[in-house]
Amino acid sequence: MSHPLARRALPGLSLALAAPGSARPAAAQASGPLLNVSYDPTREFYRAYNAAFVEHWRGKSREAVRVNTSHGGSGRQARAVIDGLAADVVTLALAYDIDEIAARGLIGRDWQKRLPENSAPYTSTILFLVRKGNPKAIRDWGDLVKPGVGVVTPNPKTSGGARWNYLAAWAWARRQAGGDAGAAEFLGRLLRNVPVLDTGARGSTTSFVQRAQGDVLLAWENEAHLAFAEFGEGGFEIVVPSLSILAEPPVAVVDRNVERRGTRAVAEAYLQHLYSAEAQALAARHHYRPRDRAALAAARATFPDLPLVTVDAEFGGWAEAQRAHFADGGSFDRLYQPGR
Amino acid sequence: MSASAPGRPGVARPRRPTEDPAWLRWALCLLAVVLLGMFLLLPLVAVFAEALRRGVGPAVAALGDPDALAAVRLTLLVAAIAVPVNLVGGVAAAWAIAKFDFPGKRVLTVLIELPFSVSPVISGLVYVLVFGAQGWLGPWLEERGVQVVFALPGLVLATIFVTFPFVARTLIPLMQDQGRTEEEAAATLGANGWQMFRHVTLPNIRWALLSGVLLCNARAMGEFGAVSVVSGHVRGETNTMPLHVEILYNEYQFVAAFAVAGLLALLALVTLAAKAVLERAE
Repeated sequence: MSHPLARRALPGLSLALAAPGSARPAAAQASGPLLNVSYDPTREFYRAYNAAFVEHWRGKSREAVRVNTSHGGSGRQARAVIDGLAADVVTLALAYDIDEIAARGLIGRDWQKRLPENSAPYTSTILFLVRKGNPKAIRDWGDLVKPGVGVVTPNPKTSGGARWNYLAAWAWARRQAGGDAGAAEFLGRLLRNVPVLDTGARGSTTSFVQRAQGDVLLAWENEAHLAFAEFGEGGFEIVVPSLSILAEPPVAVVDRNVERRGTRAVAEAYLQHLYSAEAQALAARHHYRPRDRAALAAARATFPDLPLVTVDAEFGGWAEAQRAHFADGGSFDRLYQPGR
Repeated sequence: MSASAPGRPGVARPRRPTEDPAWLRWALCLLAVVLLGMFLLLPLVAVFAEALRRGVGPAVAALGDPDALAAVRLTLLVAAIAVPVNLVGGVAAAWAIAKFDFPGKRVLTVLIELPFSVSPVISGLVYVLVFGAQGWLGPWLEERGVQVVFALPGLVLATIFVTFPFVARTLIPLMQDQGRTEEEAAATLGANGWQMFRHVTLPNIRWALLSGVLLCNARAMGEFGAVSVVSGHVRGETNTMPLHVEILYNEYQFVAAFAVAGLLALLALVTLAAKAVLERAE
């Protein structure tokens, strides 16, 4: 019974329980497995990337490293790291969640400057997934507030994707209505069309796809493509709205944890390798928009061109967006009234 | 039914006051069977049907996945620690409550039932609040390099908390019924506390004890809410079987999800079957 967790937490106990025939090879494994705490829709991408990185690291350092992952709503995952989940790296949905961890002293406050492109090795955006034939004729954000349209989106309090959804809708409505008051009114109507708020993006996708809830799913581009691929082209269509948001899911090494566990070198290499040509191509294959020009050009056909606003230009950065919209008493709390 | 009233041929036998009309009896039986089928049997059948939808091969392959095996091992390990702890704790609590009078006995009785009335999510959250990095004991534990929450100790603690009442709750009514006379007799014959327990109390409660332990075990393996909060959801490390089922389901691996769920259901069924067999033996 080789339980690495037991080994780390209760050395005596795991010795007592250790049985012959432990499966894992005892190659030079310096510091135990690396833990990547990530958000919901990255499961498939990081499974593929972890395999690639293990090979890369073996070639580079002659060490066998194992990478574990944990997935969930981005806000909830940040909370777990704050509460002591021993992540070596976090790869979350938005900068604010990493800022929250940094505010508790686990990560240096300059984290976003340590890696290229604001520490976001890939980007994404928000699209719509509708049922085959688009029976409710949903073409743009304005169609989401029509009576009788069920909109599936996760809870912005716990999910990063949901916050991108919300801000994208806000940006579109502000242009239409010419101001924040009109945007708030639009978001209020939109939220009244939301039957249920799941805690994470993946929960929303299963609600929409598996449990046939609602008429339109506001989804990460990669999540929409994944559902599309998993459930055959028969059931769904992707709708590209007239405007969306540039989502930059950032990555960071958790300084306090890597110091304690002695994993800084491998943790930093894990994040740096995300910018390699190999990883960028892998990201594109999993429908994340690569930063690398060549990889983006190669996959151009799968990424529709649409105007994308940024959080910095449109909302004055994540701290401000969080305060105005998602903190207690923010616009979401004022506009969302369940059961109405 | 056969004894129709003599001397009054042709007149319908008056219904006994303890007997309902036939249609009512049938309707109630049917209702019970349908409800049982719909809410217990059908979901169970569905689990196995989904698991085997693509045949036995993929289901078995799903169970052989390293992460699934790790989840099975972790679940068994957690139960192997939590159940003995609750066995000792439950017997001690029941023995104290049923055989002795002491101040605070009522409070203890209420405390034992607390885990039944508290939502499992709260049960998990309290451990995060106490042992988490931002919790009361978190910094102290961190200095010593002890990880409780998001590691095996947290999973075990949450499971012990949730399953604590099972052993005590099965024992207390029985031990109260049995009274203290046998123990008192043993005491007058010079038995010490351990001898009294070993030779008088334990033989009297052994079947109830076994049944309580088996129920405790079934719940320990199946607990979701509390362990979900303290787990951290690290694949291959802190995922128990119920958590692994959720992950697989969310990754569209439905056959694998139901295969693990089926194995979990089987473990529970074996436990319950063992309980039924033991009760028969009694």
